[in-house]
This record gives sequence, structure tokens and C-alpha cells, in this order.
Amino acid sequence: MSKLKLIIHREFIAKVRNKSFIMMTFLSPLLMVGMGALVFFLMKKNDEKVKEIVYVDNSGLFSKEDFKDTKTIHYQDYTALGIEETKKKVEDGNYYGVLYIPKKDSLELLANSIEFYSKDSPGMSVMGSLENKIEVKLRNEKLNNFGIDLEKIKASKIQSEIKMFNFSGEESSKLINGLKIGVGAIAGYLLMMFVMIYGTSVMRSVIEEKTSRIIEVIVSSVKPFQLMLGKIIGNASAGLLQFFIWGVLLFVIITVASSVFGVDVVEMQTAKVPDAQMDVVNQAVGGDKMQIIIQEILRLPILKMFVLFIFYFLGGYMLYSSLFAAVGAAVDNETDTQQFMLPIMLPLILGVYVGFATVINDPHGSIAVLFSYIPFTSSIVMLMRVPFGVSWYELAISMLLLLVTFVFMVWLAAKIYRVGILMYGKKTTYKDLYKWLKYKG
Amino acid sequence: MKNLLEINNVVKNYGDFTALNDVSIHIPKGSVYGLLGPNGAGKTSLIRIINQITMPDSGTIFLDGEVLSPKHTAVIGYLPEERGLYKSMKVGEQALYLAQLKGLSKSEAKKRLKYWFEKFDISAWWGKKIEELSKGMAQKVQFIVTVMHNPKLLIFDEPFSGFDPINAQLIAREILQLRDEGATIIFSTHRMESVEEMCDEIALIDKSNKILDGKLDDIKRQFRTNIFQVGLNAEHPKEVEAKLRESFEVLPADFKLLTDGLTMNVKLTEGNSANDLLSFLTSKGELQHFVELVPSANDIFIQAINKNK
Repeated sequence: MSKLKLIIHREFIAKVRNKSFIMMTFLSPLLMVGMGALVFFLMKKNDEKVKEIVYVDNSGLFSKEDFKDTKTIHYQDYTALGIEETKKKVEDGNYYGVLYIPKKDSLELLANSIEFYSKDSPGMSVMGSLENKIEVKLRNEKLNNFGIDLEKIKASKIQSEIKMFNFSGEESSKLINGLKIGVGAIAGYLLMMFVMIYGTSVMRSVIEEKTSRIIEVIVSSVKPFQLMLGKIIGNASAGLLQFFIWGVLLFVIITVASSVFGVDVVEMQTAKVPDAQMDVVNQAVGGDKMQIIIQEILRLPILKMFVLFIFYFLGGYMLYSSLFAAVGAAVDNETDTQQFMLPIMLPLILGVYVGFATVINDPHGSIAVLFSYIPFTSSIVMLMRVPFGVSWYELAISMLLLLVTFVFMVWLAAKIYRVGILMYGKKTTYKDLYKWLKYKG
Repeated sequence: MKNLLEINNVVKNYGDFTALNDVSIHIPKGSVYGLLGPNGAGKTSLIRIINQITMPDSGTIFLDGEVLSPKHTAVIGYLPEERGLYKSMKVGEQALYLAQLKGLSKSEAKKRLKYWFEKFDISAWWGKKIEELSKGMAQKVQFIVTVMHNPKLLIFDEPFSGFDPINAQLIAREILQLRDEGATIIFSTHRMESVEEMCDEIALIDKSNKILDGKLDDIKRQFRTNIFQVGLNAEHPKEVEAKLRESFEVLPADFKLLTDGLTMNVKLTEGNSANDLLSFLTSKGELQHFVELVPSANDIFIQAINKNK
């Protein structure tokens, strides 16, 4: 076995045998699913309590028809009692609040003088639905006043949807855009997480060798560069294994959970989406639309995406983890790493934020394009852009820049690493790092 | 080829600091070579260059007649002053890993390790983690790891630190046996009594320069004081002493006799020899004690360093 292989093997074994690694690997998916189920359960519980709302309608415009009970809100008409009495009664009783509709001369005036009284500030969704009811009612009143037949308005309602084609005549849907955003965002986010977790793991492993002083024995047998590379690859392999196990476990747990407990996975994921939007989705998904989406998914450049994902994933990880290795070599213990960590973390986090902020709005906007060129953010931002189709020359520039920077940074990090691993005692400064770069051999 | 290692005109700078200034050292095959010097003299820099952990700025190094190159790491064994092993790794696995890094096959490494573990009577530690062992136990493991690939050149930096006297003796015996089996040994230490015991040749490095090297015996001759301890039973000690002063330099004695005879240190002066002194003494009484004061490695070390100030 070559020395590099031996080092990779050792790093991999040392990592996966670690107790915390094993715990993380097998408990995280359980925790994730458990937390999801808990949130879902709590959300349901939260909504289950019926809210009692009473209303005092002095305008005489509203009727029982306008305030129909729903699953979560019950309405009671207290108009007869008068607003002051009602308020007193409601304050003592177990009510959510009082809606007061005064008598006004015009509808416009009325629209802005309706009041709501409650003990605690009312929830956004409750107020929204009340406002909606009032707006619909007042608009209908107004239309009536104009002498327009409501039935005709209803009959005149028409829905249009523009069918989207590309020039080769393939149909596409709006929903697929959401899917592209999702795929890109997941890929970018995954990369950031991976770099953070396994980059710091590389760093810790370097520090461990330094503090245990075995480093001098190792580098008398292998080149420091080989050792650094072996560490980076070994940790990445352990990481990929962990991600793979997570994927498999998540799939298994969700499948088992949904079949055993009858939890509807789709319901769980869409629980937060308001009904109105769900309708749109259902409508869009309904019937032949589903077929278009499937066709479109199949038409996504899956192979290209996969290859680029691998490229940017490895490129980004190698770029950052070599920096983490250099940081590990520069310090004696983990508490000293902070001053060097910030400049590494910053572009990483910036990449994710810029990606989320710009790519979703316009995947081909100038900022999105710029950040998909800058090597320190390109692996994240470009991964987010790829599903939307990126021209080959943009890809070429971005990949070339990443490759050149990656080679340069690994070389730079190796120089710092080589000197740093044998330095003890004095706390390292940026000036020292610069000095080390100039050391020969 | 007489020398296993030839270091010629090696210079090493760290920024503005010169760690080694034109250092040349030749280490004969099959010898124990003492690399001595005060803290910060440049010993570790030199050792790291021999181990190819760092490269010299200029100068040449030959190992067994070949220019030192990465393939030679397999024939060098290095025990650094700051010992260390992976704490959470098992003894056996760790030793196997380090052996394989030195180029041994897994099966060969296993065989050799078995031999050494039995020799040191530590086979029971195979499955233990280093963090479960005491410091002395870990040192033994590290010694085995250093020598198990039968290197031609062994470099020991303070090999006895951390060992109790019994284990230190065991290690010293092993080192000498390795030399007898053909290995060449570089031995870096501050403990001068072990230099006397072990070293055939030495080099003294101070302030980045080599200030002294050669066979230990030759160096001792070089640092000869020509002072003899003399113990004599004479009838008229005062007269003998006065007579002695005419042709020799007489110094106060730094030893004790079992009998209460005359004791003194006598330094030979220009034009007379030990034989002259001896024949004079035997003619004056019964000679009890006659020993040349040979400078110790410790004396030489201190003298040479002071002279270099």
C-alpha cells in the first residue's frame, strides 16, 4: 500500500471508530425525524383549541351568514348587549376577543373604523381572516350600491394560465422552478455543512497530532504534504459515508414511520402552507400537469448536474479543508484557532446567503453570476445556479478559477502546514504565517 | 565506504536566524556518534535535516555513498526528544501503521513486532490504547517503533529521558547491541555520563557552528591536562614535595588516600614526562597512587563551550 493510502485509511478508521461519530451518524436522523414529528404534533395541538370570538354589529350590514363557524373559530352575535356590556362580559369570560363594527355613514368610513378588543394580542392569521371577511362583505355591498349583479360578477370570473414552452417546443410549468430552487439550495447548503463539519474535523486531527507530538515521527516517514492530503481525503471519505448513512436511514425511518403510524408525509411537509396556496398546488399538480412535471424533471440535465455537483463539492471542500489544515498546524490548541477561523467561515456563509438572496430571484442576475465566479463562493453559488442551466463559458470560467485557486491554496496551506506542525509554544500571528511562507524547504 | 553519513557544509536559515552555519560531520559506519551541544545550538535542526523533515539551504548529504533522498526514510529510524503516539489508537495497530509507513509489508511488520514485543515482555499491551499506558510503557513502545524496521541509521534524541534507571540500562544495552549488529547510531544528549559510556565519536555544536569533532579518545587527548594524582608514603614528605617543585608544578590534591601518606596533584612541565615523574617518586618512597587525570566528557563540553563564547 502506498503511504498516501495508508494515511487515508488510518484517518478514515480513526474517524469512523470515534464514539461521537457513531453517535452522530445513527442518532442524527432519528433526532431529525423526531423533531419534525414533534413540531408537527405541536402545531396541530396549537390549532386545535377553538377560539370564541364575539361580535357587536351596529351597522346592521353583517349577518350570521358572514360569520360562519370554522374548525378553529366560533362566532357569537352579542349585538343586542351593546359594546360596553359585551366588553365587560368578554373580559371576564373565556373568549378570544370582541369584534366591534360601529355604525357609520359611508362604507369607506366604516372600513377603517372597525375595532377588535382582546386580552392578548391576537394572532396574525385570525386578524387576516377577519379582515378578509369584512373586505369581501363591504366590496359586495359596494357593488350592490353600484347596481351590479353579484351573480354576474361570479359568472364573469375567468382564469387564464400561460403555457410555457421553450423553442424546441417542450412544455414547462411554474412548479418546476420551485423544484430547481429546492435542488440548488439543498446542494449549496449541504456543501456548506459538509465543509464546516469535516473541515473542522481535519483541523482537529492536525491539532491532535501536534499536541500528542507524534507529528515528528510521522513526517520523518512521509512528506507533510502527503500527510495533509491523506487527512483531507480520509476525513472526506468518513463524511461521505456519514451522509450516505443519513440518507439511507432517513429514507427508512420516514417510510417505516409513515406506514406504521399512518403519518402522511406529504401532510407533514405541507402543514405550514396555507390552504389557499395548497389549492394552487393541487390545481397545478392535478391531472396532465403532473405528467408535464415528470417530463420536465426527466429533462433536467441530471447527468450534468451530478457531474458538476461532484466537481464543485470536491473543489469547495478541498479548497476549504486545506485552509483548515493550515490553521490546525498554526496553533497549539483548539482555543487559539478562533482568530484564523473567521476569515475562513466568512466567505462560506456569504456564499450561502448570497446564493439564497440572489439566485432565487434571478439565477442569471449580475450578482449571482459574479459570486459564482469567485472561487471561495463559487462552489456554493454555482451549485445553486446549475439546475437553471448555466452557459458553458460561465461554467468554464468558474471551474477554471476554482481549479487554479484550489491548487494555489493547497500549495499555500501546505507551506504553512509544513512549518507550523513543528512549531510549539509561541502563539502564532498572521505575521508569522507570512514569514513561514518564505521559508525554504 | 567508511562513513555511513557524510554531511558537508550544511547551511540552514529560518528567516534571519541561522540555525546551522556551514556544518560538516562525517559519521563512520557502525559507530555510536554523539551529537552534543547546549540547548538551541542547532542539534534538532541538523537531525531534522538528516530525517528530511526540512531541507538544508545549501550543502550536501550522502547516506551510504548516495545523495540523501526520500527513499532513504525507510533506512532511518528516528526517536525524537518530544515523544508522542496517537493517544486513542491501540498499541498494536499503531505500531503496524508506523512500520508500514517505513515501508514494511503488513505481514513482515507483524512478525518483527511480535519479536520485539516478546523481547520487551509487553505482548499483553497489544490491544491497549496508548492513553491507558504509563509514560514509561509508552516510551518502550516508541523505542520499538523506532528500531523495528532494522534501519541502517538510528537517531536517538535523549533516548533515556523518561526511563527509570533499570529501563534506561535496558535501552542502553539494546542500542549497543544494535550497533554490534551493524547499525550506525546518532546519539544526541545532554547527559555526559552516557556519552562516556556509549559514544565512539562525538561532534559538539554551539551557536549554529560545529566547534569540535572526532574520536572521543582523541578529543580527550587533545584536552589532556598532564596532571597526575600522586599518593606516596615517604619518610620526609616535606623534602620530597620541595624537591618535586623544582622540576614539576605541584597542585593541591583533589582525592583521598586510604593511608595517611603525602597526596598531591602534579602537573608535568615542559621537557619532562610521566616516566620522569614516576622514577622520581619511586626513588623517594612507596608509591601508593598514580593516576592521570583524564578530562571527562563533561569537562570537555564545558571547556569547549566557554572557549567559544
